[in-house]
Amino acid sequence: MAITLPLLILVIPLFMFLLLGLAGNKMSHRMAGILGCLGMGTTMVLAYIVSFTYFFSGNPDFVDAEAHTRLQWVVFNVDWLSFTDNLVIRLGFLLDPIAALLLVVITTISFMVHLYSMGYMRDHHGVWEKGFQRFYAFLSLFSFSMLGLVVATNIFQMYIFWELVGASSFLLIGFYYRKPSAVLAAKKAFIVTRFADLGFLIGILALSYYAGTFNFMDLTSSQLVSGAYQVNIETAENIKNIFATSAAPTFMGASVLTWALVLIFMGGMGKSAMMPLHIWLPDAMEGPTPVSALIHAATMVVAGVYLVARLFPLYLMEEASLEIITIVGALTAFYAAMVACTQVDIKRVLAFSTISQIAFMMVSLGVARPEFHHGIGYMASMFHLFTHAMFKALLFLCAGALIHAIGSNDYTDMHGLRKYMPVTHITFLIGCLAIAGIIPFAGFFSKDEILTATMGHSTFWYIWMSAVAGLTAFYMFRLYYLIFWWKEHKVREGHHAPHDQPWTMTLPLVILAAISCVAGFVPMGNLVTWNGHEMFPEGVSFFTNLKALDWTVACVSLAVAIVAIIIATVMYRKENPLPAKMKRALPALWDWCYHRFYWDELYMFITKRIIFNGICKPIAWFDRHIIDGTMDGFAIVTNKLSFAIRGFQSGNAQTYVWWYLIGVLALGGITALCLL
Amino acid sequence: MDISMIYYLVPTLVMFCCGIYGFITRKNMIAMLISIELMLNAVDINFVIFNRYLFPGQLEGMMFTLFAIAIAAAETALAIAIIINLYRAHKNIDVSDLTKMKF
Amino acid sequence: MFSNILIYFVVIPVVMLGALALCRGMKAIRTVAVTGSLALLGLSIWVLCDYLEMRAAGIDSPMLFTGSWSWFAPLNINLAVGVDGISIAMLILSSVILLTGSFASWKINPLPKEFFLWLVLLSTGVFGFFISIDLFTMFMFYEVALIPMYLLIGVWGSGNKNYSAMKLTLMLMGGSAFLMLGLIGIYYHSAPEGAPLTWNILEIAQNSSIDKGWQYFLFPMTFVGFGVLGAMFPFHTWSPDGHASAPTAVSMLHAGVLMKLGGYGCFRVAIYLMPEAATELAWIFLILTGISVVYGAFSACVQTDLKYINAYSSVSHCGLVLFAILMLNTTAMTGAIMQMLSHGLMTALFFALIGMIYGRTHTRDITKMGGLMQIMPYLAVCYVIAGMASLGLPGLSGFVAEMTIFVGSFEHADMFHRVFTIVACCSIVITAVYILRVVGKLLFGPVYDDHHRTLTDAEWWERTSTIALIVCVAGIGCFPNFFVDLIKFTFSPEIFAVLGMK
Repeated sequence: MAITLPLLILVIPLFMFLLLGLAGNKMSHRMAGILGCLGMGTTMVLAYIVSFTYFFSGNPDFVDAEAHTRLQWVVFNVDWLSFTDNLVIRLGFLLDPIAALLLVVITTISFMVHLYSMGYMRDHHGVWEKGFQRFYAFLSLFSFSMLGLVVATNIFQMYIFWELVGASSFLLIGFYYRKPSAVLAAKKAFIVTRFADLGFLIGILALSYYAGTFNFMDLTSSQLVSGAYQVNIETAENIKNIFATSAAPTFMGASVLTWALVLIFMGGMGKSAMMPLHIWLPDAMEGPTPVSALIHAATMVVAGVYLVARLFPLYLMEEASLEIITIVGALTAFYAAMVACTQVDIKRVLAFSTISQIAFMMVSLGVARPEFHHGIGYMASMFHLFTHAMFKALLFLCAGALIHAIGSNDYTDMHGLRKYMPVTHITFLIGCLAIAGIIPFAGFFSKDEILTATMGHSTFWYIWMSAVAGLTAFYMFRLYYLIFWWKEHKVREGHHAPHDQPWTMTLPLVILAAISCVAGFVPMGNLVTWNGHEMFPEGVSFFTNLKALDWTVACVSLAVAIVAIIIATVMYRKENPLPAKMKRALPALWDWCYHRFYWDELYMFITKRIIFNGICKPIAWFDRHIIDGTMDGFAIVTNKLSFAIRGFQSGNAQTYVWWYLIGVLALGGITALCLL
Repeated sequence: MDISMIYYLVPTLVMFCCGIYGFITRKNMIAMLISIELMLNAVDINFVIFNRYLFPGQLEGMMFTLFAIAIAAAETALAIAIIINLYRAHKNIDVSDLTKMKF
Repeated sequence: MFSNILIYFVVIPVVMLGALALCRGMKAIRTVAVTGSLALLGLSIWVLCDYLEMRAAGIDSPMLFTGSWSWFAPLNINLAVGVDGISIAMLILSSVILLTGSFASWKINPLPKEFFLWLVLLSTGVFGFFISIDLFTMFMFYEVALIPMYLLIGVWGSGNKNYSAMKLTLMLMGGSAFLMLGLIGIYYHSAPEGAPLTWNILEIAQNSSIDKGWQYFLFPMTFVGFGVLGAMFPFHTWSPDGHASAPTAVSMLHAGVLMKLGGYGCFRVAIYLMPEAATELAWIFLILTGISVVYGAFSACVQTDLKYINAYSSVSHCGLVLFAILMLNTTAMTGAIMQMLSHGLMTALFFALIGMIYGRTHTRDITKMGGLMQIMPYLAVCYVIAGMASLGLPGLSGFVAEMTIFVGSFEHADMFHRVFTIVACCSIVITAVYILRVVGKLLFGPVYDDHHRTLTDAEWWERTSTIALIVCVAGIGCFPNFFVDLIKFTFSPEIFAVLGMK
């Protein structure tokens, strides 16, 4: 493939960022918005061309037709910073199944959000939000960074863009910088993910030190022809051997490779908001809603999943690390689903739902083994990443439309909106059905694959994850009913009746809803697998996924989802005392869920009390009083000493002469004595 | 010419000691200046004496004396100028009272 | 003598001094300052181009443009000059910061002429230091760079300036005393028995005749001597007070360039000349600098004065420079030099911005300001960029420097180095904390003081100064390999054969 198109995919957003960032103030709001949309639209088209060429052209660079295997193709790879001869950070473009998939996801959602923001970022009178150009500049920066992340050819390039998405997320969460809560949320997001990145960095250092390379291709693949690589488990085994034969193969009971992989996963935990590093994501909802849809639902937060998927052959080498991923994911999924059942702020419900769904993807990776159905877990994880991005972005954009119409984030201000905002209502319902896993919506297929993979690994986690899937259906429909049903909407004094939003906002909703309806039929098994082998070499049709279903799992999960939806319907369709009764029946559980199991308080305690008051302040005191005190002490002692002897320096010449005379006489006396 | 060198040296020593004594004990700057002159002159005489007795054929000691006299004159003029200025400023030339420029 | 291009790094500032002495009026002073620093910048770029050309032509002597003129023959003191990639990087850094510093002190008051005279004298010392390869001349220029500091802070400073000026000067002089001892010691062991003694670094390195016993004594002397200027724990306390009191341009030059003299000297003298002692004693200083890195960062977290925050941040970042130098391998040392460049530029940017903010609000206390983004968006955005560079955002200079250091440090596989490397890595999180704390309190949020609402944004000279620095910071961040190649060639194999360095 020519270098031009892939390069343009990265360059256009970067250029838009620079243009809008530097010259944004000189142009009108509309101009900036249109430019931003145009730029992203072009990028989207280019990304589609590149991805579709990769998947469907049958070009021998991209697919080994005989072996039915998709290859990794390095479009370009230029040296950027060389540490040693082997350890060189390169900036490149790696095209492989997951990268191509993510290119589609990112550009689609990003374009939808660009379009949507044209409507969202102005008030009811059409007045543009202040800093609108800045908003678009940051969106472009984010898109650039995220695209750079997914096409990374080496782990350090990934780290670079990883940091950049973190920074653009910081800027976008803090977009309303006048609001202290937004500033705090932005700070929190950055610092928490930064802490996770520390682990990531150390993991990279350890991994690259022993493996002697940053390149993904050298870590997990073998070269076929120049530029084309194939995922190869033997390469990963070699790496494992290098670790095993190094001078210190274990550290504190675990092998160094496990440590490195777990530390790298820690970076993923931070970005993907896995427990216990999840605390930043709910607060990140302070940003504008389109940002939440783009960054904190569809793209950036799945970077952690993407990272693990990228290094999956290495993770396979260390069962322990995969177990850790499974456990962290399963706990997070359950935790977040529990919390989502009690939140009032609709964006927070969606945020916790996001955490829970990403945890699904993590579990899916954790339980994936090549020997079980060609590593179906891996495929399921990427499949879910894809479908989740679509329906979760849809849900967030719907939430944005609601918030824009109502002017509040809480469902207590909404209720009964179905008549006022029909388009939003229908699209939101589709989103809910998709996430709940109702056939034939997108979420059904991907979640079903995940559950199948989990069952293949362990029954316990299968039951656990099925329960979480039920909770998912419950809290989503709780939210749905509380927004659109429950009781008649009361139009507030001095407000217009809420209504559907302008086309720039509804069009993305409709498109994403349509995608959510059909995305489940994408024959992902043939597109994305852990080693590129096609799962259905005999060819695919629209119904492939349906045919490939494990119907026992599917029926169970459908039944669970339907039961959960029925419960939600009973409890929340019409105003009734049941929810309040439930709350009274289990006050402690409800409190813990409502306060998110007090994680934030715990962190507050650790950072404020222990680190700030217990470490920083004593160190600052120590510096000023002990270290500096010692230095001042030298000065004071010198000063005192000189005061003590300054009597000699009376300035009186006559005294000096006396001393002089005494000296001369003494010297003379001594000389005389010596001579005698 | 059989007067021994010691007869010259003892008076100059006395002169010199008077100078030191005066310099140490007097508080009046003019008096101190006179004392310094006394010391200087004692030294000058010594120069001449040593030259005359120890190196009869040479004139360096004489030349030095002339030099010293000239410099002493200049120095005295300078000192007197300073003293007069101090007197103008302070109406007083007692050294123990002139502490204004001390640390 | 004047056919050697390097000598003009001293000649131009001296000419500037003369011209400044004759100047009347602000305009003339500014013209001289800007023209002179532009000339220096041009000169350093010229030297850079020539240097690259000569390297490309295959000349591989450790120093280029060498020249030596006898100065005091009985002690064999020469004015010996010569540069390698590291010195050139430092020369460029110095001239950029002198230029931007001149712009930043556009409206210095009072006594503008005297201010610039001292400032230029200081930079004479700096430039002289970087081009010298004669220990004695080097030391002389070092002192020339230190002394004007006293007056610059004492006269034009703010706050508790007399105390700070005195403290800074005395502590650095204390360091110089150690250094002087070390240098004289090196001189007396600079050549094997019977051969004439020399101050020339290259010759000393070639002779490598300092025996091990003496190295144990001289290495700590010189390392501590330079380390004081490099703000090594526990000799860093001059930095917060000194920086807090110094006027803007002086803070810029001091943190941006003068502190680099420390790191440069540690590398050029202590490690270059006494590698055996360096390998064996490195652990002591690794502990100290490792402490510096996290200690400075933690201290910065609780400060409320902008300049204190930045000064402690400098302690942390400069600690990382010395830390990396002590790792004694090419990658880490390259990282150290990159970090010097990076820290020099971004800290100069910080101090310039702090000066500009202080000039408007008349306070540096972050609890008494807020929401500056709404009032002076330009300065606020620059501050955010500087902050991002400081916490190591890719695309800006801090990232490449830190990563090079960490990768280099990780090359040591033993537990001691590992632990300290990881401790140093932790600083990236703490840095994020204190940077974002300032950004959140100072720039974002609601406007704290309504009197600030009437303040104006940056003037053109302030914009020039900040943009120049940001361009440099982003330049290093985006094209690091250029600088890495420039620096790396310096670590030629022969020199470090004795270290067993890779």
